[in-house]
Amino acid sequence: MSPTPTDSSTMSEYRRREQSITLSPVEDPSGGAETTDELLTLNFGPHHPATHGVLRLLVTLEAEVVRDVKPIIGYVHTGIEKTAEDKAYWKVIPIVERMDYLAYYFNAMAYVGAVETLLEVEVPGRAQYLRVIHLELNRIASHLIWLGTSALDLGSTSIFLYCLRERELILDLFEMSSGARMHTRYFQVGGVAEDIPPGFEAKLREFVAVMPKRADEYGAILNANEILLQRLRGTCALDAETLLSLGVTGPLLRAAGNPWDLRKAAPYSSYGDFEFKIPVGTVGDNYDRYAVRLAEIYESVKIIEQAMDGLPEGPHITGDRKVALPPRHELATSMEALIHHFKLVTEGFRVPPGEVYYPIESPRGELACFVRSDGSSKPARVHMRDPSFVNLQALAPMTRGSYIADMIATTAMLDPILGGIDR
Amino acid sequence: MPDATGLELIAHELGDTVVETVYFRERATLQIDPAAIRATLEHLRGQGYTLLVSVHGVDYYPEEPRLGVYYELLDMSRVDRIAVKLRVPLDSPEVDSVTDAWPTANHQEREIYDMFGVVFRGHPDLRRILMPEDYEGHPQRRDFPIGGEPVIFTYDEAKWLESRA
Repeated sequence: MSPTPTDSSTMSEYRRREQSITLSPVEDPSGGAETTDELLTLNFGPHHPATHGVLRLLVTLEAEVVRDVKPIIGYVHTGIEKTAEDKAYWKVIPIVERMDYLAYYFNAMAYVGAVETLLEVEVPGRAQYLRVIHLELNRIASHLIWLGTSALDLGSTSIFLYCLRERELILDLFEMSSGARMHTRYFQVGGVAEDIPPGFEAKLREFVAVMPKRADEYGAILNANEILLQRLRGTCALDAETLLSLGVTGPLLRAAGNPWDLRKAAPYSSYGDFEFKIPVGTVGDNYDRYAVRLAEIYESVKIIEQAMDGLPEGPHITGDRKVALPPRHELATSMEALIHHFKLVTEGFRVPPGEVYYPIESPRGELACFVRSDGSSKPARVHMRDPSFVNLQALAPMTRGSYIADMIATTAMLDPILGGIDR
Repeated sequence: MPDATGLELIAHELGDTVVETVYFRERATLQIDPAAIRATLEHLRGQGYTLLVSVHGVDYYPEEPRLGVYYELLDMSRVDRIAVKLRVPLDSPEVDSVTDAWPTANHQEREIYDMFGVVFRGHPDLRRILMPEDYEGHPQRRDFPIGGEPVIFTYDEAKWLESRA
């Protein structure tokens, strides 16, 4: 089937430019007599495995050296923030989860945190601990995907399979607690959707026991891979001050030696109860970025273990019937429960007017949700400050003056998630 | 967050440029005159708020001035946040860009321009960022309808452009 030819006279200027690229060979007018220094503009992506999504980069090259990089984004823009304005507060949770698709629990946490702040709902201790367990499991899963795909870009193929093997264990746990492996809708306003089932704890403990050993193995494979090390060590370093001026947070900032982590600096969801360290790098090159994330896996395991040990008894969601659904068994006997249930499912709850900004530490940096309420049952504005979107601006300063091969390594170490960038 | 008193002290230092102070759910917000945005952010940088975490837009439809821009500032040593807000009317949605002083604002200002149509004067590269360059309208505005958006594939592109002409 051949595509219908498009008449260029009806095209807009932008479409014409987009389609004006010719792939026919061009004769050198000097016949090869003159060699000139000139800049080559190379289009990289949007469909390229090394861009980790549909990211397009316009790279200006002088021979093999990158002189400038312009990221072009928007290919997976789905208008999630707009869609959220048309839904009741609790129905927004599943769609915001689809922004940064590797860190779905974090998106949900930022959003429900913002709504809870507006509502002034108290989240029970058990729910807070369960949230921490799932957030940290999700952090490990996200780092595993990052590690596997990055190593794939850098010439170490087998590690990808090992990473996905461990990620399966985490997804199995998610399936146990919520019924879904990805985009679980487990976090609800006021707590979590359900308490963990019997058998979850045993399986979680198994995972906690096995994960540090497996992370040791990753380190053993990768730190002995000379190709990988040469591509990471000393490449594309950027100092903490420049990173901060670009608004970069998360592992990229910590790799440059600034130990900023919101879990420690401004604890939310009872993160203050746990003991863990913040891995930091020294020079902020690609190796430090890799090492910081690998070390974070161990710290997340420690947090999960402590949260499981100290998991308080009690309800898994707030008892405030204006916000949370009543338990299923009450519907058969209590008229009041039935009314609350009907009200919540049809209209949803109303939220007092106001504007809040709720930041949390996602695997990629500060993920914050801004929610404006106008007093109705639908948010008037939901904005996600996605760390990938902001961090992407650091790609050009990081890679200017380096080789194009180092740009691939840097893009991998930047860990951009295009679902989060484009929203 | 500075407490309510701290917010008033900052507002007092800034003088007449402050339109309103809001202290809500432990979040301090300064609403300022749009003309003073660069001076205000510089003043707050001197107070220790050295990281511009986020710049985002809001639409206050149907109120006027309708479009709002938020600047979220963070002081990392005191772990303190303050939000600066400004509002511009729909008929002249213009405000000075802060990209040269705060490079992180570059993409975020482009996003607000794209989604709300706020024009940032002096921005080095003010183009649409998420929507296609030839897109018409600003989709995050509250009066922009949801749905009915044509999905353009190569085969129906000419038809779509014809219908628009």
